[in-house]
Formats: sequence, structure tokens, C-alpha cells
Amino acid sequence: MHSSRPIPIPTESMPKFFVNGEAVDFRGAPDTPLLWVLRDNLALTGTKFGCGMAQCGACTVHLDGEPARACVTPASALEGKRVVTIEGITKTSQARVANAVQAAWVDKDVVQCGYCQSGQVMSAVALLRKNAAPNDADIDSAMSGNICRCGTYQRVREAIKAASANLKKKA
Amino acid sequence: MRPDSAPVPSPGRRAFLAASGALVISFWLPLAGGRRAFAQGAAAKPVNPNAFLRIGKDGSCTVFVKHLEFGQGVTTSLPMLVAEELECDWTRVRAELAPAGAEYAHTMFGMQMTGGSSSVVNSYDQLRTVGAQARTMLMQAAADQWKVKLADVRAEKGFVTGPGGKRLSYGQLAEAAGRLAVPEKVSLKEPRDFRIIGKPTRRLDSMEKSSGRAQFGLDLQRNNLHTALVLHPPVFGARLDSFEAEKVKSIPGVTHVVQLTNGVAVVAKNYWAAKRGREALEVKWDLGSNATLSSEALSKQFRETAQAPGGRVAKKAGNAEAMKASAKTLVAEYEVPFLAHAPMEPLNCTVELRADGAEIWVGSQFQGVDHAAAAKTLGLDPSKVKLNTMLAGGGFGRRANPVSDYIIEACEVAKAVKVPVKTVWSREDDIRGGFYRPMYVHRVEVGLDAQGKIAAWNHAIVGPSIVAGTPFEGMMVKEGVDPTSTEGVADSPYDIPNMQVTLHTVNPGVPVLWWRSVGHSHTAFVMETMVDELATSSGKDPVAFRREMLAKHPKLQRVLDLAASKAGWGSPLPAGRARGIAVHESFGSACAQVAEVSLDGNNVRVHRVVAAFDCGLVVNPLTVEAQLQSAVAFGLSAALHGRITFKDGRVEQSNFHDYPVLRMNEMPRVEVHLVGGDKPTGVGEPGTPPIAPAVANALFALTGKRARTLPLDTMRWS
Repeated sequence: MHSSRPIPIPTESMPKFFVNGEAVDFRGAPDTPLLWVLRDNLALTGTKFGCGMAQCGACTVHLDGEPARACVTPASALEGKRVVTIEGITKTSQARVANAVQAAWVDKDVVQCGYCQSGQVMSAVALLRKNAAPNDADIDSAMSGNICRCGTYQRVREAIKAASANLKKKA
Repeated sequence: MRPDSAPVPSPGRRAFLAASGALVISFWLPLAGGRRAFAQGAAAKPVNPNAFLRIGKDGSCTVFVKHLEFGQGVTTSLPMLVAEELECDWTRVRAELAPAGAEYAHTMFGMQMTGGSSSVVNSYDQLRTVGAQARTMLMQAAADQWKVKLADVRAEKGFVTGPGGKRLSYGQLAEAAGRLAVPEKVSLKEPRDFRIIGKPTRRLDSMEKSSGRAQFGLDLQRNNLHTALVLHPPVFGARLDSFEAEKVKSIPGVTHVVQLTNGVAVVAKNYWAAKRGREALEVKWDLGSNATLSSEALSKQFRETAQAPGGRVAKKAGNAEAMKASAKTLVAEYEVPFLAHAPMEPLNCTVELRADGAEIWVGSQFQGVDHAAAAKTLGLDPSKVKLNTMLAGGGFGRRANPVSDYIIEACEVAKAVKVPVKTVWSREDDIRGGFYRPMYVHRVEVGLDAQGKIAAWNHAIVGPSIVAGTPFEGMMVKEGVDPTSTEGVADSPYDIPNMQVTLHTVNPGVPVLWWRSVGHSHTAFVMETMVDELATSSGKDPVAFRREMLAKHPKLQRVLDLAASKAGWGSPLPAGRARGIAVHESFGSACAQVAEVSLDGNNVRVHRVVAAFDCGLVVNPLTVEAQLQSAVAFGLSAALHGRITFKDGRVEQSNFHDYPVLRMNEMPRVEVHLVGGDKPTGVGEPGTPPIAPAVANALFALTGKRARTLPLDTMRWS
């Protein structure tokens, strides 16, 4: 827990879950969304707040390996779950894919303001894990939940294809 | 961004730097136990570490970026300008955002700010000069040490070399160079000798932004930092009558509830507690005169005003009576809605009050204005307030507010609660928070002669003024005309012999602001769809018609021809697809776009956009291409879906479900063709104006229906 913040008084339950491999005893309001547990309690600010209603994907994390929107996932639903955030994604079993995605993001010069990119990367890693060679329709379907107001979509698409090609080469 | 907490320079020092226009080059010398700064003709006291360049003993070159980085890539393009002349090793270049300071004033506007597509334009000479001065000082330091003439040493890739194979790194020379006077005159390279400028250069911030490490304003962590959410009035201009905070205070984590000038703030230990606290607030408002505001009524009022006499003359050329002599006249009314900027990072501002002053962290486009507003609100001398520029998750004009709304609000909260506090806007606060691109109605009457050429053009524009009531009014409004309402029409490059443009400025009580490309965001739509209509109504090809009317504007002709040729204008397309074109000049740059569209039911699909762009000298082709893709995506969001509407005084939209923006599945393939030139002109905005008319013109080619109202998804296309 973040040392500078007083831990609120326990309320109904104390869900125990894992963030980037470490056990978390969360004692705040059980309806607190995972997003704010990460940002306000654990100081993991790579996961971003964009809409608060699962519309923009800036808060995308992996929940038991599946992409999920942290802004609508209450702490009470996390009992026993494994959460992986952008800070931990290169240290998990997804490391190979995650490293390839980040390298492609740099190579294709994807980012602009960068605010949505944690979420874009998390969604792209989840896509490539399930589908090693996504076509345009697959990319549309997996990535359309991640809004980018800078409009980096074209380079996101190119970078996903480049990461896919690089992973195939090294496989 | 900066790990160290730099002292605030004294006002006297700042005043000197601003008055003399001096450049400051500092060499930071950690091992020497201090920092030294040298200004032209000035003694080196007091020390000011906040300058443009810092060369470390390890040879690292840190460029302080005076502009806000919010996507446009200034933390790469501005260091490129310094590095070109510095002759350093590019791999050792880093960028840091500069804090607010008079020495970082925009070289054209006189205060520190980011806007008007001018970050590179205003820095081009300034930062190359910084690089050349520093290089000269490093060379002089080496020449002194070797006791040779300056002409006998050379600088290359971070080293100075001299006779007999002598060689010293910039890091080794930094301390000695820092003791020398800054040379008053340096010569700059000719563009043909550039090694960095003009070369596709990857951004320096890609990895930190792809790995969650980049720290935006919202990510700031401080000891005992609280979060504030503000309940704003439900209607613009409404005043607080009374509020009941008992239920709020019973929510764990809530620490304060305070009344502000424009709302009530709930302060808590974390965001969620503040949000729940705000939901529990019971507030009575005096809704005021805007309680009945409706978009329907505004539309009616604006359209009536467009036909009414009066208005201020924004342009009068030739003979107003020429209309009567025309062989044929066309009349059309256009309407564009209010638009929110909706940057991905919701607005936020952190304020920490201390016994000796205050420190602020904010991703602001207007550091100069916001710094002054913060000091005034806090009741502090500006020298006691340090404003740190954070990375911003987009802005598009929203973070350049002449009245500093979200900064003043954060300062009011901090002043009331006296704990470090970050004021955060939810997405709903952002969408409903005002400072929109204004709604406008245009009424255009065009007379054609017997040959189908434009003989007369009368154009009335109705809408709110962006700069009225702000400190910019006196400077910008001339003869009652706010140029941000008429730019793109009153200065149209088309060869129109008799033209009259009038402006009716109305004030419906909705706060308005510049939005990427400002007036051009609506004037290009009107001009370019009308010109297209004139072409087709006289049976002429839209490209040929425009080219003929742009005979005196080779720059616009060139991008028009380039876009048409690269897009295969006139070549056959698959059934169900059509092309449309638009060309427009803004921020000194010319951009033409050809859009290729189809319809899927009533949904408009834009498959491909071919853009030809003349932004003069291209500093970083990778960034310019990205900005064009970005400008198209931003303009397309608005063209297809964007609108803020009012009913019973309230904004009807609230979040991305009812204020939809472009997503991956709607993004066209954007192909960018650059023209090049001698000097840089604007990049960030000029790609936005042409997309809406290009798409609308393509839809006409496909369906025979003319769009005169945005967004396009309000039309029945099939």
C-alpha cells in the first residue's frame, strides 16, 4: 500500500487479490473501482482514468489474463483474482508479447500525447496472445474499445502487425 | 518531470531577461557543487538554472522545452533544433519540460504559451541560436585550453577536435565553457547543410509513454495529497443558493466540503471518496436566465439573425450591387454545433500551499496567463508561485483558457482547505464544463455570371465571440469583428471580385473557446462545400474549378494538384464509393485532402484520405505525418458525430457514449504528401479544416445530397 495514505477503516469485506504478482489487502470501500485502488492506494498510475464507464479503454488491465476495464471493476469482485497492469506486463508470462508490442510502438513512432497508450498496449498484448496474426477486422474488433483523441490508430494498426511479424520471426 | 526543485527566479531577473530578449544558456555542473547561468551582458547572479540547455559533465544534453507537450511532439522537434547547431550526439539528447518563466515567452506572442500551431515556428531561430552559441562556447573553451585559435577547432558529435588529434568531449568542456561569455553573434547553417532537421526522427518519449512511466498531471503523487471534485452549476451562469453537506461528511475519506465561486468542492483522501461525496451533496441553485436555453431555439435565433440587417463588416471588396446583375444566384444556410475538446486526460491541477509560497503542477497551454491567475487567486506575489508544466493527455485548445477556469478553481480549493490538493474533473465534468467551440450559422448568397464564374458573394456569420470578455479582446477585436469568427471566409484566397462578409456576434451565455484550428474548423466546411456546389452547379470539375479561382495562390494550387494526382482524382472507383476534395490555408500552411467514402446504411465510412500539405520546411517528417493523421481523425470525429446540445439549460451529452469520437474501426488510411520549403509554418492544426468538407463533398458525389449541417450523422443519407 502507498505509505503516505492512511488506510480507511475496514468496511464490509477485505478482498484479497494480486496485482502484478503481489498480494493486496484492500480495506477501502468495496465498491471502489480497481482503477482507483491501483492509482490512489498502490500508486500505480500507468493505468489511466479517461471516462469512468468502460467507454474509452484507457484503464485496460488484464484480469486473470483477460483484458478488463479497471474503472468499472469493483474491488469486491476481485477476490482471489490476478491483476496485471502496464507496470507488470513485461514481468509476466506475457513478457515476450509485451516486449514485442512496446518495441513496435517505438519503432512505428505510435505515441502522441501518450495518455491512452497504456490501455492500447494492454489491449494489443491481449489480442496478440489469442491471435498471433490478426487481420484488419480482428484489429478493429479488439482495439475499437480504446479511444485515442490524438488519432494514432493508423500507427497502432501498423505496430500491431509489425509486432505480430516480429514474434513470428523469432518464434 | 524534474526531480529537483529549482528555486523560483526573482522577478527582477525575469524582467531583465524578458526586456533584453536575452538567451540563457546554462551549464549544470553537479560535481562542481552548483549551477551557473550566463546571460548576455549580465553578471551571473542570481543563478537561474531554468534555461534552454544543460550540458552535463557526462556529456548529456538536456533541452528545456518551453512549450506544453500534449501530443504534437515538441519534446523531440525542439531538441532537434538545438542539436542541429550544437553538433552533439543525438543519442545523448534528453528533453525536460520547462517550468513557467518569463524567459520562456513565446517569441511572437510575448508570454509563455502553446497554441496557434506555432511551437516550432517561434522556436526555429531561437533554439538553433541557442545550439550555435553553446557550440561556439564549447569550441572556445577547447581552443583556450589548447592555446589555439577558434578557427583551428571543430565540433562534431559531442566532441571538439583540434590540431594534432586533440579531442575533448562536451562533458569535459562544459565547466570551462560555462565560464565564458555567450557570443552575441553566431551564424546559423543553411538548410542544405542540415543533418538532423528534416530527417525522420523517432520521438524521444515513445518508451516512457508505451510503458506507463510517463507522468501526466493526473499522475502526480505528493505527500498527503488530497483529491477534490467540484460540483459545477447545472446551467451556465447559475448561482449557488444553498447546500447541505451532512451526508457528505459521513462518507469515509471525505475531509472537506467548501463553497467556491463557481460550485462546491468535495475534498477527500482519494478520488472515489470525493466522487461518492459529491453525489451525496444536496444543492439548491438559482438557475438564472439560462434555465430555458435550448439548441433548437438557438438555431432559430441564429438563422433569423443571419437574415437580419446590421452586423459588423468583416470584409467589403468590390461592388455590393453586383449580386443584382448576376445571371444566377445560390443561397444556402449552414449550421455547426458547439463542440467539446474532450482530451483523453480529464482536466486537473494540483496546488500545494506552503508558508513561503505555492507550487502548482498542471498541463497548461497558457503557463504565462495561468501563473498570473494562480498568484492573484492565492493572494501571493507571482515570484512566490512556482508553476510546473506537466505532460498533458491532449488539449486541443481546452488547456489554453484566457480566464484560467480550472487553475483558478484548484487554487480556490487549496486556499480553502490548506492541504495539498489535486482538483480532478470527471469526464462528465469535462463534456458538460463549457468552453466549447462555438455554434455558428452561416448564410451565403452567391451570384454567378453567364459563364458560371463567381460574380458576387455575400456572407453572414452568426455566433459567439471567443475572445470577447477576455484579455485578448482589446488586442484582437477590430471594428467589432472577432477574427476568430471570420478567419477562413473574410481572408478567402478565392478570386471573388465582389465580396461582403458580415459578422453578427451573439452571446447565448455558453462559455466558448478555441478548438483545434479555431475559426477554420467551421469556415472551411462552409467555403469548401459551397465552392464545390458552385463547381457542380456550373458543370465544372471541382478540382479544375478551384484551380482556376486560385490562380494568384500557387501554394494552394500546388497542394490541390498534388492531392488530386496522388488520390487518382477522376479514376474509376468500386461501385458505392465516391471521392470529394477540399483545400484550405490556415496557420501559414496549405492543406488539400481527398476523401474516399461509402455508406453502410446511414453510417458514413471514410476509407482513405490523401493529404497534400505545405507547411514549409519540415523539421521532423515523422511528426508532421503523425499530426496530419491526428488532425484528420480529430476533424472526422466532429464531422461525423460531434455535437454538444442544450435542453432546458442543460448540456444533453455527458460522456463518450453520447459524445462519440472516432474509434479504430472508423479510422481511414491517411496518406500524407509533403511539399517542403525554406521556413517552417504551422503543423498541428491546418490538417483539421479540410476533412469535413472533403467528406461532405464525397457524400454529395455519392448521393446527390448536400450537407449543410454538422455533424453528418444527423443527415438521412439513404
